[in-house]
Amino acid sequence: MIEIGLGHYLTLGAIIFFLGVIGIFLNRKNVIVILMSVELILLSVNINLISFSIFSGDLLGQIFTMLILTVAAAEAAIGLAIIVIFYRNKGSIRVEDIHEMKG
Amino acid sequence: MLAHAIFFYFFSILAIFSALMVITSRSTVNSVFFLILDFISVGCLFIMVGAEFLGMILLIVYVGAVAVLFLFVVMMLNVAQQKQSWFVGQKSTHIPSGLIVSVLILLELLVVVGGWKYKENIVTSSNLVIDRTSTNTHSIGNVMYTDYILYFQLSGVILLLSMIGAIILTYRKRENVKTQSYLKQISRDKSSAVMLKDIEFNKGVKIDD
Repeated sequence: MIEIGLGHYLTLGAIIFFLGVIGIFLNRKNVIVILMSVELILLSVNINLISFSIFSGDLLGQIFTMLILTVAAAEAAIGLAIIVIFYRNKGSIRVEDIHEMKG
Repeated sequence: MLAHAIFFYFFSILAIFSALMVITSRSTVNSVFFLILDFISVGCLFIMVGAEFLGMILLIVYVGAVAVLFLFVVMMLNVAQQKQSWFVGQKSTHIPSGLIVSVLILLELLVVVGGWKYKENIVTSSNLVIDRTSTNTHSIGNVMYTDYILYFQLSGVILLLSMIGAIILTYRKRENVKTQSYLKQISRDKSSAVMLKDIEFNKGVKIDD
């Protein structure tokens, strides 16, 4: 309990991943919260990579974390742009109102 | 060691609590605030565990740029009043299966974490061993700009692409706005712009005849 090891960090990553997934599935408000859940999932992946990198003494995980950070920033920018044009066309970004593709 | 444990539990409980609040809070603005809190606490964990550069990058890039971008869009779209919470409104059929799948994912991950063991020679199998004598930023830079320069440049291309994509997606042509047309300006020539006339002395000139 006092000795903080790799397992503690991995458990933290697992819990945050779970919260992100549950936020995607159960969201009824708007698409922005879904994007935020995706950010949470990417954050948990970063936690896993960094803790493995530190505890196994390998620098590669931190390099990959930087690449994931850039991809996450790009994804957030594109997703928010899509949300902005959707709101401009439809006047709403509620999840129930998005049914153009009958999915 | 005790201080490490205390800080770890403090920051991780804060991170889990704020992640929970991101997906459950009633207004979207509050969700963004809790997302910022989540990023900050995880960034503090990174700094604590020894990845200072990435912790600082998380603070600067995520809190400074991405979360503020979210906040910007939330304020701009006027969805702050949308106070619809979970399980109200029309019934959705994918909620029970979604719950089952997410709980299963959590259980699987916890089982994997619990039953996992170090490989014997995992440290010696790497050729990128963390050097304890130089700083974290220094060693990342040493690797990033030499062995992984291609990936570094590719991530720059990805950022450029996302910038172009976001601009093209949100660009719209407005009516009745006076702007410069570079093509028109540079494609006019002398014959349409200047008229040369021989003017006789004391007669003056008559244009538009």
